[in-house]
Formats: sequence, C-alpha cells, structure tokens
Amino acid sequence: MYPTQDQITAPGQRAPDFELKTASTESVRLSDLRGQPVVLAFYPADFSPVCGDQLALYQAASPTFTQYGAQVLGVSADGVYSHQAFAQARGLQFPLLSDWWPHGRTAQAYGAFDDDSGMAARALFVLDEDGVVNWSYLSPAGVNPGADGILSALEAMAANGKTVAANSKAMNRQASSDKAMNEMAMDEMAMDDVVMDDMAMNEMVMSGKASNAKASNGKTSPAKRKGKRS
Amino acid sequence: MSKSILEIRQGQLQEPINDRNNTLGNENATVGLVEYGDYECPYCAAAHPVVSDLLRLRSSAVLFAFRHFPLSNVHPHAEFGAECAEAAGAQDRYWMMHDWLFTHQQQLEPGAVGTAAQQMGMDSSALLQAVSARTFYPKVQHDFMTGLRSGVNGTPTFFINGTRYDGVPTLDGLVTAIDAELG
Repeated sequence: MYPTQDQITAPGQRAPDFELKTASTESVRLSDLRGQPVVLAFYPADFSPVCGDQLALYQAASPTFTQYGAQVLGVSADGVYSHQAFAQARGLQFPLLSDWWPHGRTAQAYGAFDDDSGMAARALFVLDEDGVVNWSYLSPAGVNPGADGILSALEAMAANGKTVAANSKAMNRQASSDKAMNEMAMDEMAMDDVVMDDMAMNEMVMSGKASNAKASNGKTSPAKRKGKRS
Repeated sequence: MSKSILEIRQGQLQEPINDRNNTLGNENATVGLVEYGDYECPYCAAAHPVVSDLLRLRSSAVLFAFRHFPLSNVHPHAEFGAECAEAAGAQDRYWMMHDWLFTHQQQLEPGAVGTAAQQMGMDSSALLQAVSARTFYPKVQHDFMTGLRSGVNGTPTFFINGTRYDGVPTLDGLVTAIDAELG
C-alpha cells in the first residue's frame, strides 16, 4: 500500500543512515554528509512523467538549495544504469541514489515504500546538519510537491540556527560557492551554470541579502560565463 | 496533512499580482489568475487557448497575469522565448509575442522571432539586441524565483486568488474554480 504521512520518518527523529550507489556507481553514505542540511527526495521511478518534472524542478532550484548549503539527493528503487540515462535525459546534476538491492530497503527504513507497486513513495525529508529530520512530507503518488516546502524548511532551519548558514553566514556563502565551483570542475556536463549563479543571486536580492551576497556568491568568474547564451 | 514541527503551508502564491507583471483583463476584478509558464512547454501551449477562452467568458471577473518559469535544463529555448516576450513588451507588444511564441514553439530562435516581430510592427533589431544583451534576464529570473517559492510544480501552474490550482487546466475546471471564488 502507498504509505500515509504518519508512517514516514517524522520530524525530530534521526534519519536512518544508508549507503547507496549513485548513477556514477560511487557510494554516498548519509552520515558522511553531517554538517550540512540534506534534502532527501524519494520518488517512484525514473522517467515517469511527474517525476521528471519534480526532479527537473529541483535541478532548476539547485542554486537556491546550494545557498543554504544543502545537498539534494534523489532516491528511487531504480538501478544505477536507469539513473544514468535519466540524469542525462533531464540534465540532472545532483546525485540519484539507487535503492535497487536489497530492493527498496532505504525507502522502507523511512516508511516511504509502496509494497504494492515495489516503488518508493513520493516523500521529502529535510535533515539538519546533525542528520535529524526537521521536516517531512508525503505527497500523493501523482502529485509533484514542488520546491516551496523544502525551501521554507531550509529557511526556517537557518533562522532557528540549525544550519551551517545560520551559524556562520559568511562561511556558508564561501562554502557553497566553493562547492559550486567544485561541482562544476568535476562535472564537465555542467550546464546552465551561469543561470544558476545569477539565479542564486537573484534569490538573495529577493530575500534582502543582496549587498553581502554580491561580495561572495554573486561573483561570476569568466569561466562560468562560457555557457551563457548571447 | 503534515504534522511536522515546522508548520509549512505549500502551494501559496508568494507575490501578488503587481504592476511589473504582464496582465490582461479587469484591473479591479474579484479574481486574480496567475499562470507560471514556459514558452517551450507543450502543456503550456495546450493551455494557451484555454486561457484565452476563459478570459473571454469571464472578462470582467478576472485579472490574468503570466509569469515566466523556464525550465532550461529540459527546455533549452524557453529562457530565450521568455526574454523575447519581455523585449516585445518593451515595445508594447507583449501579448502579441506571447501568442506567437505559443503557436510557434518549434521556432524559438532569433531569425524567426525577428521576422515575426517585424510583422507585428516592432523594431526587430532593437528587440533582438535587447535579448542578446540579456536585458530582461533579471525580470525572468525574478518570476522564476517567485514561482519556486510559491510551489510551482511544473508548467503550467495556475494560482487562483493566491492558491495553487491542482486540477487539470481545462476550460471547465478553471471556470468552475473561478466561479467558486465569485461566490
């Protein structure tokens, strides 16, 4: 059955640890990501139309997630080769984790597994820097939950001092900008990098942090400008 | 729905219709309808005549605003289209360009847009220059960010009086939802 909201890992609980393979067959262990917020997006399957929209949306939102120092991870019970094709088709640059074998074990640990269909439920978890769930949300299988809940949760955590961002805003900005650079250096496919950079900046303008932001994240190096349409 | 510690209400429009938006309809209407859309998205193109019919049927009751939500990782020409529409707006032809873009989704490139702009009586070289200078990029990105914060979950996404409309965007569906606001 498709789970219900009260069956998924609730706020205040420690997020179950896992180690899963990404599309590039590297392993990601959740507990290695302590010290930064983590967004776990469980979704039913690669290539189903709603999922595509949801994950493509998170890719488009990734500069804003980066601004909070947050790492986004997509998780489904698909295999790594399916993830590879899906990431390429949708231009996804954040890791997609394969919960293929033992099938759906991680989704089950979060109460986010539909044991009728054998797929993960569409569930979101926003973890703080200590790996504790701060917000979780179960969406109906056919409904893309959007990014607003995640962003509101990250913002509230930052305001409550539960993230790196709140403890040291300047450090975080540096960290996220370094991280963005590393990601781009590692990922030759990095597309829309300028869009990301400017968007992150735009978001800061919106939230009234423009003056400080311009001094750090807002900078756009010539290398990053390459992808720009002219 | 959620009993999380953080009380988060999703799917709420974060920026009301304002004078920076491209709008159609009655300024003093009871119902504000906002669409977040992408000029390269086939579902938005399908919704385009629906919105036109809707505005004809409820012309005095609705103020419609279109905001940009280009998903560039899946639609590589969407951002270009959005900036062309805004550049046409600078020459008072926003809605003409908007209609053209949705009916010529396979032609989102400077040559075709320039020719169309000329036929609409615009200074096409000024339009293309503004687009290549990225003059309207900040405006398009502002729309995108407000959409992200409001719970836009794909394109098109509609908000009726500030609340996300989660039904299928058919004429019947939208008219029913709007009439419910009219009471």
